[in-house]
Amino acid sequence: MRFGVIVFPGSNCDHDAFYAVGQDLGQPVQYIWHDESSLGNLDAVILPGGFAYGDYLRCGAIAKFSPVMNAVKKFAAEGGLVLGVCNGFQILVEAGLLPGALIRNRGLKFICREVTLRVETANSPFTCAAERGRRLRLPIAHGEGCYYAGERTLDELEAEDRIAFRYLDNPNGSLRDIAGVLNRERNVMGMMPHPERATEPLMGSSDGLAVFQSMLRAGRAVAA
Amino acid sequence: MITADLIAQHQLTASEYQKIVAILGREPSYTELGIFSVMWSEHCSYKSSRLHLKKLPTRGKLVVQGPGENAGIIDIGSGYVIAFKIESHNHPSFIEPFQGAATGVGGILRDIFTMGARPIAVLDSLRFGRLDSPSTGARNRRILGGVVAGIAHYGNCFGVPTVGGECIFEPCYDGNPLVNVFALGVCRKEEVFYAKAAGVGNPVIYVGARTGRDGIHGASMASAEFTEESKQKRPNVQVGDPFLEKLLLEACLEAMRTGAIVGIQDMGAAGLTCSTCEMGSRGEVGIEIELDRVPQRETGMTPYEIMLSESQERMLLVADRGREDEVYRVFRKWGLEAVEIGAVTGDGKLRVREHGATVAEIPNRELADEAPLYDRPHTAPPEVARRPELPAEPNVQKSLPALLAAPDLCSKLWIWQQYDYQVRTNTIAGPERADAAIVRVKETGTSVAISLDGNGRYTYLSPREGARLAVAECCRNLSTVGALPVAATNCLNFGNPERPEIMAQLVEAIEGIAEACRFFDTPITGGNVSLYNETLGEGIYPTPVLGIVGLMPAAQPLGIAFRNPGRSLVLLGGPGACDEVRFGSSQYVKEIARGLWGLPPALDMDVEKRVQAAMREIAAAGLAESAHDVSDGGLAVALAECCLGPAAIGAQVDLDSDLRPEILAFHEAPSRILLSTSQPAAVAAIAAAHGVPAPVVGVTIASELEIRQRGVTLGRWDLAELQAAHANGLAKYVD
Repeated sequence: MRFGVIVFPGSNCDHDAFYAVGQDLGQPVQYIWHDESSLGNLDAVILPGGFAYGDYLRCGAIAKFSPVMNAVKKFAAEGGLVLGVCNGFQILVEAGLLPGALIRNRGLKFICREVTLRVETANSPFTCAAERGRRLRLPIAHGEGCYYAGERTLDELEAEDRIAFRYLDNPNGSLRDIAGVLNRERNVMGMMPHPERATEPLMGSSDGLAVFQSMLRAGRAVAA
Repeated sequence: MITADLIAQHQLTASEYQKIVAILGREPSYTELGIFSVMWSEHCSYKSSRLHLKKLPTRGKLVVQGPGENAGIIDIGSGYVIAFKIESHNHPSFIEPFQGAATGVGGILRDIFTMGARPIAVLDSLRFGRLDSPSTGARNRRILGGVVAGIAHYGNCFGVPTVGGECIFEPCYDGNPLVNVFALGVCRKEEVFYAKAAGVGNPVIYVGARTGRDGIHGASMASAEFTEESKQKRPNVQVGDPFLEKLLLEACLEAMRTGAIVGIQDMGAAGLTCSTCEMGSRGEVGIEIELDRVPQRETGMTPYEIMLSESQERMLLVADRGREDEVYRVFRKWGLEAVEIGAVTGDGKLRVREHGATVAEIPNRELADEAPLYDRPHTAPPEVARRPELPAEPNVQKSLPALLAAPDLCSKLWIWQQYDYQVRTNTIAGPERADAAIVRVKETGTSVAISLDGNGRYTYLSPREGARLAVAECCRNLSTVGALPVAATNCLNFGNPERPEIMAQLVEAIEGIAEACRFFDTPITGGNVSLYNETLGEGIYPTPVLGIVGLMPAAQPLGIAFRNPGRSLVLLGGPGACDEVRFGSSQYVKEIARGLWGLPPALDMDVEKRVQAAMREIAAAGLAESAHDVSDGGLAVALAECCLGPAAIGAQVDLDSDLRPEILAFHEAPSRILLSTSQPAAVAAIAAAHGVPAPVVGVTIASELEIRQRGVTLGRWDLAELQAAHANGLAKYVD
């Protein structure tokens, strides 16, 4: 399965995503520069964490205008798998590929720590290798990770089984404890916690592999 | 017209001015005066300390680059090296805590990547006034909050993990906080770059941010005491842009790989002045620049302002003539400005032109390397009261929770949770996890452990012994996690060197560091001296901060926390000795007796070395389940810290000793490491082979901590009570 990792100038988890996919998942992976207008021949693309263009404005507000985002939108519309982590999630929301918004943490401070997530649905290409209710220990590292959306949107997400993960120990004030959401077609997911930071025992947890292994399984099912 | 007033304003003495005239063979222009004043400032020239810094050991078989470059370099094997250094940003952080600390991080990161190394770890050593002071507490809390937010802002966005550090509170830092930042990077051995110009005719290229009026005279500001007027110097503090720095990092590393770069240096203190004359001096060449070509953020800047600006996120490089385009292409890709502003010449001079007319012409070597050198008079460090004043009725039971809640000893979670300590997925042991921070190097499959330490109370009581203790403690922290200490960097924070008793502190501390670094075989590869840390005549405690790195295999870390009940507790090194005089520097005396007297704990370096060697062997054999050195707060605090891990395992300890109970529980004698093991006999055998006492002092249990002295209970604590005290010690002031 061919993975791509988008590199915005201020991405700083790009190497980590590349390493997790290449080293720990053992799949071919390549970087894609932010001014590319096409993604080429890929099965999945990851928007990594960081500060895409500095994020001195709203996080992701500038990134949505970058050339590569048109390519990502096209890729998503054609059914490709798109995973946004942390800043990547913020960009997907800004670009309209996912609903809601990510606002400043309730405590108004950047938080880096490990959190416990619950898998809310196994019915997605990002969670199919886990079972519903499984707990994952994953790190977070963000200042603007409080998930916010209108009541109607939140009800809709629940009704359509599009909440991928919830926090058991909500660190940032996210509404309904939401840590990750899916688009309606279920091929785009954004999450604030960092699965790529938990793919080896030496990193303190391997629980993040569940996300990447799910993508691999889903990708192979499509290919078969 | 250069008047006496103007010379004084530039903090140059009459004799320094005479030296300038002699070098030039004429009166300097205003611009030249400014250039000399920053290059000859204490901050850039080390004129008070240079003579004594020569006493430090700087060579070793792993040292690739010692002092004199932007960072020290150590060979870690498999074709890779690490570059590391510590630097202070004390003065700016007092005037503007957020930007002062942020640009401190930015400056040290540039020092690392200008050598071709990608930064993989940052640690910080911080000192503030007391947060609970009725008069200055509010200001100290604001400074703490600003400094932490500034470090977080810069490091998090840049994408380097802040993996550890230390934070201490004393009234002497009220008007003069210390912000020392350590950074470490990795690169291939053959891809190290140096800040040296070469090749007459080669283009000198300016890259990065445009030059503005910010930070003019920052280096001189860092070379003077604070007065009531210092706040007016706020415009001297630079503003940092971590996103731009990230672009600069990527672009520089990529441009270096083209092979078209000859030499490169960041523009830090003294900006364009320092980078041009130092690169020229190192390469024994001249550099000529045309200021019209320097990218400027503001209009109407004078040559003086352009040369002295300390605008952040700028680099200067020399490229191979004819290959400039390869360099420009990379910087264009990253959206950065890169402009040829001049060329390397053969005459050894720094020549600055504006609209074609020469506005400054100074020999590089004299400017960069022949700054005045002072053998300032030094008498003896100030006398400190020796008389012990221990409260008559010791209370170990009440004192332990009080100490765990004390600002120096409590959890610093509130601070480090604001730092991304994991980005780059190399962090094996982050903050408060183990005695040293550990980052792996993916390229080599090994790890680097890092420890920062400096104890102002110890150094105040005895600069020489305090400095030796800081070296010993860093090495012990590294050995406790199983790493072999290999090299050091230091940041010397002192008061006004023109006062003989302060100069004596500096001299004795340097000699103490030199002696200990030689003994532990950890050469100093670079560092920083910060003097004039005084406000309104009040000096700080002499505070040398050591940063020592160790090498080890990449493996699960040996952490502080007990992991299982029923394990033997071994006190490697034994209970140690201490009397009431040596107890006067302890945290117990600080927090419970509210005093400071006597001497720091006694250090026997030979014993220390053997304890550390035994510990490394125990760690390598996988015999310990946890390990933690006994330092600030003594054995009782160390025990409590081991109990407060995720598994919340308690301990029952019985100590065989004649010491007074509070001294036994809380004294800080070095050369002691507390470890838990399921194989006490094997641990004892290794300790015996090194001639190190290793009594079994107790056992881990499922809950509570109990400490006895020969069967008599000194204290018994519920872990939840200790946890609450430890966890809320800092948070109660800042949230």
